[in-house]
Amino acid sequence: MIDKIANLVNADIRLVQRGRFVDTTFLIAVDDDCTLVRVQDGRVTKVTPGPFITPNYSFALRASRSVWEKFWRPLPPIGYTDVFALVKSRQMRLEGDLHPFMANLLYFKDVLATPRKEARR
Amino acid sequence: MNPHFEPITGRYLHLELLGKPHRLYVEEAGQGMPLLCLHTAGSDARQYRGVLNDARVTKNFRVIAFDMPWHGKSSPPDDWQDADYKLTSRDYVRMIVEVADALELDKPTVMGCSIGGRIVLHLAHEFPQRFRALIGLESAAHTDAYYDLAWLDRPDVHGGMVCAGVVSGLIAPMAPTVERWETLWHYMQSGPGVFKGDLHFYMIDGDIRDRVDKINIKRCPLFLLTGEYDYSCTSEGTLEIAKRTGAQATIMEGLGHFPMSESPDKFLSYLLPVLEKICALKG
Repeated sequence: MIDKIANLVNADIRLVQRGRFVDTTFLIAVDDDCTLVRVQDGRVTKVTPGPFITPNYSFALRASRSVWEKFWRPLPPIGYTDVFALVKSRQMRLEGDLHPFMANLLYFKDVLATPRKEARR
Repeated sequence: MNPHFEPITGRYLHLELLGKPHRLYVEEAGQGMPLLCLHTAGSDARQYRGVLNDARVTKNFRVIAFDMPWHGKSSPPDDWQDADYKLTSRDYVRMIVEVADALELDKPTVMGCSIGGRIVLHLAHEFPQRFRALIGLESAAHTDAYYDLAWLDRPDVHGGMVCAGVVSGLIAPMAPTVERWETLWHYMQSGPGVFKGDLHFYMIDGDIRDRVDKINIKRCPLFLLTGEYDYSCTSEGTLEIAKRTGAQATIMEGLGHFPMSESPDKFLSYLLPVLEKICALKG
């Protein structure tokens, strides 16, 4: 699913516009499988699957595969619709330098949810 | 589209609140038993536009929704620049009682959502004799913080955008797009630090877990309505209050944390039967 994020984000003009000041790399961990996602001017410019020895990123979102799979369903089950729902239920860890994430929260929430669009197809 | 006015009227009320002069924006519609509506943290009374505009409600109820001080079109107190805003249980209860008195409401029903859903529990505990009934929307006795509230008020993060971002996932996924973004717009317009100041009550000062058992619903009927997608005030939290007090609780399908604003029509289908019961109450 993560490999689809770049195309899904970059095809969404309004989403790219909302993230126009974002310049960072963040990490998504699905179980122990890590992926680095590079964002420049709101566009996802590079998606690099791990493993990594010394990954360099601002913030990371870590959850089990079963949690991400529920989160990415077209209509996620109750409790799996939002990153903060998962953080609150301790099913996701959100860590690192959260400034880029919190300063662009609506952007990143939609970026992370883009695989739902792919699942709808 | 034909230009038209809604049946809602809005006026500014001058009154003394918490010992200080205040200018409060108050909207109302309808006639009959007073129904005083309390908005969520960091938002304003526009959340009740669907209730205020619904003739099935306003034929029996005088619906009143006010913007709390610091919120919407209400002003903060005169010396607001000299202190941080922090809502406490004591001030919130007093504010509601003083507004009801200023409007000369005779045993109003109070309906509040989120922080409003919490404060009706405090009203039920402290002043049951003053109200005909209480309706808690998204009521829980306590909610732990699940993010650092400091993000909500700092100069290097846009306050409106982060507040909307924080609450966006509390709206049910099937909410109509227009109402979802209207709801978020209200959050985007909140003043700096206001949402954070409200959450001081919601996540710290307003914890009423130790007094829920003392709520006597025979003195004032309590109705609880909670959206199934709300992960802040959860269904479990609401059902726990119902279990401990005997209050009637309904978990609303397809709704989240802002039922009256995110999906007004669906919310009204749950509210109207409650209002019918309140109409039928004696006294």
